[in-house]
Amino acid sequence: MSLLDLRGLQVRFGDGPRALLAVDGLDLQVDAGEVLGIVGESGSGKSVAMLALLGLVDPPGRVSAEVMRFDGRDLLALKPAARRRIVGQDIAMVFQDALASLNPAYTIGYQLQEPLRAHLGLRGAALERRTLELLDQVEIADPRQRLKAYPHQLSGGMNQRVMIAMALACDPRLLIADEPTTALDVTIQSQIIKLLLRLQRDRGMALILIAHDLAVVAEMAQRVAVMYAGQLVETAAVPRIFDHPAHPYTAALLAAIPEHSRGNARLSALAGVVPGRLDRPAGCLLAPRCALAQPRCVAERPALVDAGGGTAARCFFPQTFPLTAIVPEAGGG
Amino acid sequence: MTALACADAEPPSPARELWQSLAASRGALAGFGVLALVICCGLFAPWIAPHDPVLQFRADLLRPPIWSAGGDARYLLGTDELGRDILSRLIHGARISLFIASMSVAMAMLPGIALGLLAALHRNALGALIMRAMDVMLALPGILLAICVIAILGPGLLNTMLAIAIGTLPSYTRLARAAALAELGKDYVTASRVAGAGTLRLMVMTVLPNCMPPLIVNATLGFSSAILEVAGLGFLGLGVQAPTPEWGTMLASARDSLHVAPWVMLMPGLTILVSVLAINLLGDGLRDALDPRLKKVG
Repeated sequence: MSLLDLRGLQVRFGDGPRALLAVDGLDLQVDAGEVLGIVGESGSGKSVAMLALLGLVDPPGRVSAEVMRFDGRDLLALKPAARRRIVGQDIAMVFQDALASLNPAYTIGYQLQEPLRAHLGLRGAALERRTLELLDQVEIADPRQRLKAYPHQLSGGMNQRVMIAMALACDPRLLIADEPTTALDVTIQSQIIKLLLRLQRDRGMALILIAHDLAVVAEMAQRVAVMYAGQLVETAAVPRIFDHPAHPYTAALLAAIPEHSRGNARLSALAGVVPGRLDRPAGCLLAPRCALAQPRCVAERPALVDAGGGTAARCFFPQTFPLTAIVPEAGGG
Repeated sequence: MTALACADAEPPSPARELWQSLAASRGALAGFGVLALVICCGLFAPWIAPHDPVLQFRADLLRPPIWSAGGDARYLLGTDELGRDILSRLIHGARISLFIASMSVAMAMLPGIALGLLAALHRNALGALIMRAMDVMLALPGILLAICVIAILGPGLLNTMLAIAIGTLPSYTRLARAAALAELGKDYVTASRVAGAGTLRLMVMTVLPNCMPPLIVNATLGFSSAILEVAGLGFLGLGVQAPTPEWGTMLASARDSLHVAPWVMLMPGLTILVSVLAINLLGDGLRDALDPRLKKVG
């Protein structure tokens, strides 16, 4: 049985036909020790889905799901206090902007010790030892000195390491990393990714990595879920999705990677924008932007279907696009 | 050991940093000095004051200050119409003014912040109710509201504090709500919720410390206006009652002898002016020191 089992997750803001469906019927399974990458444009519902899982969507947002199980326990049936205990201890989250996610009013030592005190009941020397151990694990030099520092006195990379240490404090079984490297520069990015991967492997915890950088996902994840306008459009294992994307949207995302364009050819881009609250098409949500759209795509909404090779795609005509077909050829005339 | 061993540059502690930026402003420093003097006077009044503040020297009525003709070395700032030493009364008055002002600030700040946080947390009906109630209170001038409260409760030390506190409550509520709303949207609040923090802990431990700078500045400025209001109520005869040495009451009783003995009115008036000015200068300095947007780079 998978560690996390989400089925039919829906997050809506507002009522009636004008409601915004931020997440629309998301199915997601994560096994213990697995690394799942979630990719998609801004506003595709990646982060909201994770907040819904953690029970942090505030009114007017409403969350519903057919199944929301973590480690066999039904999260929707739990009382808020019990759910908080599970979420605080077994699920942890790392955010995009580390400086903004640390409380500016307290030293990092205090913030690091807070969950240890609250969830594990550590005190005195044991607390101190565990704190230093955590900072050491995230490769912060001279941890004893850093305990007394405030977040604004540390660099972005350091803050992200502290954030990761805080997330690991209670030995979570699932870590959600919401674009953990977006706010960092490239050299620090690769360090943080290596660090996350090492910690994930050492501890055998499951990791959900939200990113819009496909290169990061390719490096880290075993399986990728692609989201578009609140829906899951494709899930596939890692080498396969990059070689043979089944959904036109995934293919377009891959084609848009700058490294795929050659010479002075124009960068490939998907025309149009994600449909908003009021212009959601009746058929496939991608239909207005899809180069391969057929009449059926405009009329009906496709379901997630098996596209072979362990891939599932939300498309009437899933195909295995060979990479050469979507990447523009060199030169250009 | 190599000669190049780099000394660990310890970042300055927040308290030290605050003091450094405060000391950079002359006005704030001067204000701090004067306020410290007034506070010392208040704390050690019985030992500093040359005479008992209510003791009447019947032989020395309306004696002028020491530097003008007819001055007496025993009464540095002269005596009033009942022969009481003005300096002693001012020193003891500092005690009353500071006590009432600080208590009323505390009595306004604590419930004000609590209401503000509550309004920020519940942005629905409850929040709206709290904020509209505050708007109604803000529509009345503070001194008028204070007079109303005194009229209902009757004059006296505690009621004076209460009257001033009620008048200044809305400003704390509004500030706390605005600051808390801004902070609630930040990632560290979400992070704290992910870590399992409950509502009370979230508001008091996580959000409140980050809302404090504007509230602290408002409190220092509120402190000076509280001193003014204490004096104003005393002048109107609604504050602290007669023999107690209080600056506003002293002003009021000096009205009758204004033409014969102007110093009786001048001395408490100047004391009020200087104290309020000092606190305002300090408040300005604090605002500059606490507000990162006004902070000098480097």
